[in-house]
Amino acid sequence: MMTRSDQWKFYLTVIAVLACIFTLWPTFQFYSLTPARRQEVLQARPSAATNEADRVRLEKDAKLREKAIKLGLDLQGGMYLLLEVDKSKLGPTEAKNAVDQAMQIIRNRVDQFGVAEPSIQKQGDDRILIQLPGLLDQERAKGLIGQTALLEFKLVKTEEESRALYDRIDQYFARKLHGGTAPDSAAADSVLHPFTSRLLSGQRAEAVVLNENVGAIDSMMAAFRADSTFTLESSIAWDAHDTDAQGRTARAIYVLSKEPLMKGSEVASAQMRLDLDQARPGAPGVSFNLTSRGGALFADITGQGSITGSFTEEEAQNLAIVLRSGALPAPVNIVEERTVGPSLGQDSIAQGFRAGAIGALLVVIFMVGYYRVSGIVAVVALILNIMGLLACMAGFHATLTLPGIAGIVLTIGMAVDANVLVFERIREELRNKKTVLSAIETGYSRAYRTIVDANVTTLLSALALMWFGSGPVRGFAITLSIGLIINMITAVGVSKMIFDAWSLRRKVSSISI
Amino acid sequence: MFQVLVGVNVDWMRRRHIAYTVSGACVLIAIISLIMHGGPRYGVDFTGGTLLEIGVTPAVSADVVRKAADDAGFAGAEIQKLDRPGQVLIRVGPRAGKSNPSGAIAAQVRAANPGATVDVIRVESVGPRVGNELRGAAVKAVFLALLFILIYVAIRYDWRYSMGAVVALFHDVFIALGAVSLTNREVTLTVVAALLTIAGFSINDTIVVFDRIRERGKALRREKAETVMNIAVNETLSRTIITSFTVFLTVMALYLFGGEVIHDFSFTMLVGVVFGTYSSVYVASALALDTQLYLERSKPGRPKK
Repeated sequence: MMTRSDQWKFYLTVIAVLACIFTLWPTFQFYSLTPARRQEVLQARPSAATNEADRVRLEKDAKLREKAIKLGLDLQGGMYLLLEVDKSKLGPTEAKNAVDQAMQIIRNRVDQFGVAEPSIQKQGDDRILIQLPGLLDQERAKGLIGQTALLEFKLVKTEEESRALYDRIDQYFARKLHGGTAPDSAAADSVLHPFTSRLLSGQRAEAVVLNENVGAIDSMMAAFRADSTFTLESSIAWDAHDTDAQGRTARAIYVLSKEPLMKGSEVASAQMRLDLDQARPGAPGVSFNLTSRGGALFADITGQGSITGSFTEEEAQNLAIVLRSGALPAPVNIVEERTVGPSLGQDSIAQGFRAGAIGALLVVIFMVGYYRVSGIVAVVALILNIMGLLACMAGFHATLTLPGIAGIVLTIGMAVDANVLVFERIREELRNKKTVLSAIETGYSRAYRTIVDANVTTLLSALALMWFGSGPVRGFAITLSIGLIINMITAVGVSKMIFDAWSLRRKVSSISI
Repeated sequence: MFQVLVGVNVDWMRRRHIAYTVSGACVLIAIISLIMHGGPRYGVDFTGGTLLEIGVTPAVSADVVRKAADDAGFAGAEIQKLDRPGQVLIRVGPRAGKSNPSGAIAAQVRAANPGATVDVIRVESVGPRVGNELRGAAVKAVFLALLFILIYVAIRYDWRYSMGAVVALFHDVFIALGAVSLTNREVTLTVVAALLTIAGFSINDTIVVFDRIRERGKALRREKAETVMNIAVNETLSRTIITSFTVFLTVMALYLFGGEVIHDFSFTMLVGVVFGTYSSVYVASALALDTQLYLERSKPGRPKK
């Protein structure tokens, strides 16, 4: 015999339990797949489907993945990167949009890298948080994301213009090395022409520099550029390959216009190719097609070009991706990185679950051993609590991290608190010769207030943690908070309901507690 | 029924100097350890820097790894060999102008050992500015949590109690921090998470005792405060111990089986749970009693509430 309100409570509980099971079903399905099949589901990208049947299948997989509780990067392995956009060299209007632009471009790059479920978020004014789950080549991903990828097409200056620049540099260093005055015109060539004497004059606009002099030329250019009395309309660049200068290795040097004719934004498409450099067959390079505007600027009807150099295949691949997705508006720096390799992630899951299982088992043994039948009631409430907690996580699309597992394990320990408080109170009332019914009544009503107080304080510190914590630590705060809130319902409400149902049905004179 | 610690009748309050001595000694040890270690040893989360765990097969010596780190521009790296063969933990301080320390070191180790495979198992790299921010946020969070708890307890209970509760709370958190320092562990984000949880948990048990003091205080109005508190502590002893014991069981499971990543977390929790229970039983109530006695003495003639 149940009272009307008890019936309602009972039905409500049943509905809640069914809702939990329903919410947790995809999680159960997902984690009972074979590892290979699970990996397939993790990687499923409906947008990559080639035919209708594939698309339907992949969409189903993606949906299953969506509805299952996700594992944090610390459990499935992956990379967490916090990037800072360096806006120091941008104007105020450029700076305003720089982070959003950078995010869009990084998103394009990551999409082409082929990571399932990447997360890219803006943090604060100038930071971007990137989370890449799963197995991946960390260095390649970092290189891809962090590259500014500035592609500029600059015109090579004419021979006269180049000579004029070299002369200026010569004069500058000749004076500098001679104590501020111009040296006597009869002095040695190396005194009069400290710069050009290191060049082997080439046939065209470019000069050639022996490899052992490359460093000296570089540092001279840097010193020249740093001297603020000179404004340069040109810059110099080295050829990507060594050339042969009468049996000695050398590099060609070019004088380029300072302002680019065209930027990488005019690149329409880019691919890695192995057949670009006739001199070195099989050497990886990148070929690209230009937009029509770029083609016009390039004064080239085909609108094609290629980049060769000493690339590995992977580097060329990356270069093609970053050319396709565009240049970042400003350099980005990695200010925080957390990477977990897949093997450590698997260890963590296994250990976390083992600890949880052992902890739960110990608590169950203790509760049933100490409180007998009442202990079983507490364990039922505990199971409902954990089920509710997991269902909430699945429902809110929360991520399970290792500290999150620790939060659940801690919840198991703390959840029985409430029942212990109630049971001890009931025992006390029984010792004071109260009847079973009134002992249960008083036990629950007196203990409830204490339970709320105790849980609220833990909840307060969990909330402070949620506010401050990042990543995994927040996962801990979330599971602990949800666990505590559900605990106040299950440990008191559900266990009381079971007691009521049992004690009201017959005239009870004893209780197993 | 099977029960423990029922019908205990200990005169806790008359011997409260024991609690003060034990707590004083523990706090003193914590202070000495913190001074000797030059304050808490902060992990890379708070100082900035890079922690890189790699697995090299076949295993190489620590010196090879150290040399590689040197060559990559990270002189003075701290190299620690882990239990599993070939696993090495590399720790370097924050370096200005190096945007990818973990990548640079791993690449150098690979270059120096062409025949070996080098797996990156774990990277935690925090720039100095982010480290500062995290430290600021952690300190703020700890004080905010303590403030919240203080306000909550002050609203729900007499402020004389909340003083005792909060001092007990500081005592637990501080001793746990001392234990972290004493065992030469690092204060990381997860350790701070543990300290905050201890704060929430420690007050939990204290509230159970205080609730009973208040309840008995009403019923036994004629009795001395000391007697009321003794009765309350004795009556709640079994449930304080049992509730803590279940938490202790799960934290112990985490400590023994939870793995290296949360080892420091579970260690801190373990210490916190033990001291949190002890302080709830003894320190918080003893302090509440002394506050009350002090107030009575300083206001003669006014009958106690």
